[in-house]
Amino acid sequence: MTLATFPASEPKPSWSRYFSFNTDAKVIGIQYIVLAFFFFLIGGLLAMIIRGELITPQADLVDRTVYNGIYTMHGTIMLFLFVFPVLNGLNNLLIPTMIGAPDMAFPRLNAVAFWLVPIFGTLLIASFFVPGGPAYSGWWSYPPVSIQNPLGHLVNGQGMWLTAVALSGVSSIMGAVNFVTTIIRMRAPGMTWFRMPVFCWTALAAQSLQLIGLPALTGGAIMLLFDLVAGTTFYDPAGGGDPVLYQHFFWFYSHPAVYVIILPVFGIFSELFPVYARKPLFGYVYVSLASFIIVGLGLIVWVHHFFTSGVPQWMRNLFMVNTMLISVPTGVKVFAWLGTLWRGKIRLTTPVLFCLGGLFNFVFAGITGVMLATVPVDIHVSNTYFVVGHFHYVIYGAAVMVIFAAIYHWFPKFIGRMPYEGLGKVHFLLTFIGANLNFLPMHPLGLMGMPRRVSSYDPEFAFWNVLASLGAFLLGVSIIPFLLNMISSWVRGPKAPHNPWNAIGLEWLLPSPPAEDNFGEHVPVVISRPYGYGLGKPLVEHQDAIEQALTAADLQEASR
Amino acid sequence: MFGLAALVVVLIALSWWMGQQAYHWLPVQASTAAPLVDGLFSFETAIGTFVFGGVVSVMAWVLLMHRAEKYDETDAEPIEGNTKLEVIWTAIPFVLVMAIAVYAIRVNTSLGVLGPMEHIHQDNPVEGVVGYPGDRLPAEQVEVIARQWSWEFRYPDANVSSTELHLAVDQPVTFRLVSEDVLHGFFIPAFRLKQDVVPGRAINFNLTPTREGRYRLRDSQFSGTWFAANQADVVVESGDAHTAWLKQSAALPLQSGISDAVDEYAARAKKANPGWATVPPAPPPQVNVPGSNNLPHDA
Repeated sequence: MTLATFPASEPKPSWSRYFSFNTDAKVIGIQYIVLAFFFFLIGGLLAMIIRGELITPQADLVDRTVYNGIYTMHGTIMLFLFVFPVLNGLNNLLIPTMIGAPDMAFPRLNAVAFWLVPIFGTLLIASFFVPGGPAYSGWWSYPPVSIQNPLGHLVNGQGMWLTAVALSGVSSIMGAVNFVTTIIRMRAPGMTWFRMPVFCWTALAAQSLQLIGLPALTGGAIMLLFDLVAGTTFYDPAGGGDPVLYQHFFWFYSHPAVYVIILPVFGIFSELFPVYARKPLFGYVYVSLASFIIVGLGLIVWVHHFFTSGVPQWMRNLFMVNTMLISVPTGVKVFAWLGTLWRGKIRLTTPVLFCLGGLFNFVFAGITGVMLATVPVDIHVSNTYFVVGHFHYVIYGAAVMVIFAAIYHWFPKFIGRMPYEGLGKVHFLLTFIGANLNFLPMHPLGLMGMPRRVSSYDPEFAFWNVLASLGAFLLGVSIIPFLLNMISSWVRGPKAPHNPWNAIGLEWLLPSPPAEDNFGEHVPVVISRPYGYGLGKPLVEHQDAIEQALTAADLQEASR
Repeated sequence: MFGLAALVVVLIALSWWMGQQAYHWLPVQASTAAPLVDGLFSFETAIGTFVFGGVVSVMAWVLLMHRAEKYDETDAEPIEGNTKLEVIWTAIPFVLVMAIAVYAIRVNTSLGVLGPMEHIHQDNPVEGVVGYPGDRLPAEQVEVIARQWSWEFRYPDANVSSTELHLAVDQPVTFRLVSEDVLHGFFIPAFRLKQDVVPGRAINFNLTPTREGRYRLRDSQFSGTWFAANQADVVVESGDAHTAWLKQSAALPLQSGISDAVDEYAARAKKANPGWATVPPAPPPQVNVPGSNNLPHDA
């Protein structure tokens, strides 16, 4: 056994690699994340316009057509150009380093999958500037309203939207093939399934869902594109089509898509709580397997998105029960995290604050989720602001907050510099307060009967809408300390040692930042389960020697 | 142990109180369906409060009591799991959600008996827009025509049409929901009922109003530019008043009904920079009674 050496004298790679067709997963990961946050700012700006319009009952800030285009693009950008790319960025950074692989299984395919994102992103943004404006029928794009094409042009916002979504599907399928293959085939020696970090379990579960679900959406979107530009009538009742068919295609993927988002977030919770509570993950095996129970159930709940479209009673009851069952494996995970925190030695760093805030919001969203699953309540609140509130608690309150936690936690590893704690805590506080102030008022609004997607509303809804808008503006401000932190610590933050959080995991046995091929030839042999905090068992063979070499390299780097 | 018992008692009291509060977050109950839906929602609010309160209590406790001392870099006592606990916290949520599901299925069945959820999706998906099958329907029949962007209500027995929906209190009514263009949603919050209106289908939809008053009907499935303005008033009146209204209305000449979209479209055309492209609104329906959609409403 020879050990890796860590020559600190390796020439620093040029920053221009981030703008090139690079096949290093760590470069691609950072490309994904930075690009995702660029689109996050655009999507956020659109959200500010939405909440600006809704701060008064009348449609007075923008024209109704503009409002409809903006809310459609807000949802589309946030999902297809922010959440999915940012998670794929984390997958690229974390999967190879966590399992000890030199790169992804198919590095060129990986780079192609990434470069499709700026292509369809540009296409989507360009649709703002075509005659007639962008797509305006919501991120669901239900026909027939989505195929009305008021100007009759061949090139129109809706057509560009559908092309972009189909390309996004192709990109995500490429990514999923890569992630699944890498996890199955390229784990370090000794890393059996039940020695694999939970983030990899959840990534495997989520990417399997992508492979099963995405063909339905991509096919459905292409059929809709044909209806729009080629005169077919798959969904048009005037030609014998059925608009509800599209809803099945759309939600067969787009409900599992929520699990594609939330499963890696569960993975991040499971990685971070043990580090900052200094305890093993409570019930590791059950937590790992629960991801796949969620996959199975997640595939048979899609009809709960359109209980009101006219589905028979038996179907309503079946999909209601399936949906409610998902709360069981999800509950198992929540309790396991609480069990991990219990009697821990918790350090309240920025990542753990974001995790705790995210968990708080997630549990709240879980409860409104069960309410939405029950048909009679759903009949009343579906397509109201109650759903918007629930959804934003899941996606912003839980997923985005925990993605922030992941970024603060792994930033030192992949950038090689430490983010600033003070700015991080300000960012957390503004995000947590802003998110709750923004999204909590949406629940009473929905219960009172305010439909979603409206550009004006009856005056009795004004009070809660003003609160929501103030919360949204606070969220808008909350991104400033984050950006300041990222830019300044990247440029001149303190140099990061190889393991600043004293965490256990293969990625922490690499220098910060890791070399291009990670461990190269010298992949350590894994001999224990992850999260062995307090157990005193080494994770890999020759752990002490590896640590010593890394510490020596840290010191050498610090003295330069 | 005493502390835990005290916490559970407090949580149960809080959950019960939140369950009672839940009724106040909803609009007035104006149909036979409303008390059933509200009861379920209240039950779910109580259970949800208990679960949320429990989780947040644990989080607050560990935040206060299980923090690392300053400069303490050591690990905590390693606890890798506890099979008994894991079985318990699988079983309890399972029992809770199944209890909710059984309750919800029973409400579903009751609502089915009341008739609001059945329609012809399974046996006869496309029914002619004309040719009204009145003989198999139990109650007053109202034909609802949704358009971009107006609601038209026709009372074929009385030969009346209106853009304001009038219903008799405590009398079952059957709507026949049709759309002439895109998906719309027939949503009256005070009745707790909602049904998508699907073009190419006629959907029968029953309900019974139980409270006199003026309510809002809102389009709940996004239908394009003036979706938000596609609302109508619903007037629930006594049986006598309803009969009188039908009789008076039948004598009125046809005139343009309410369509805010038509008015806004005309105003928009005068602007130098009107915005992005839109489908033009359908002309306002010709009805006996335009009614109003800007009077104060109960919900």
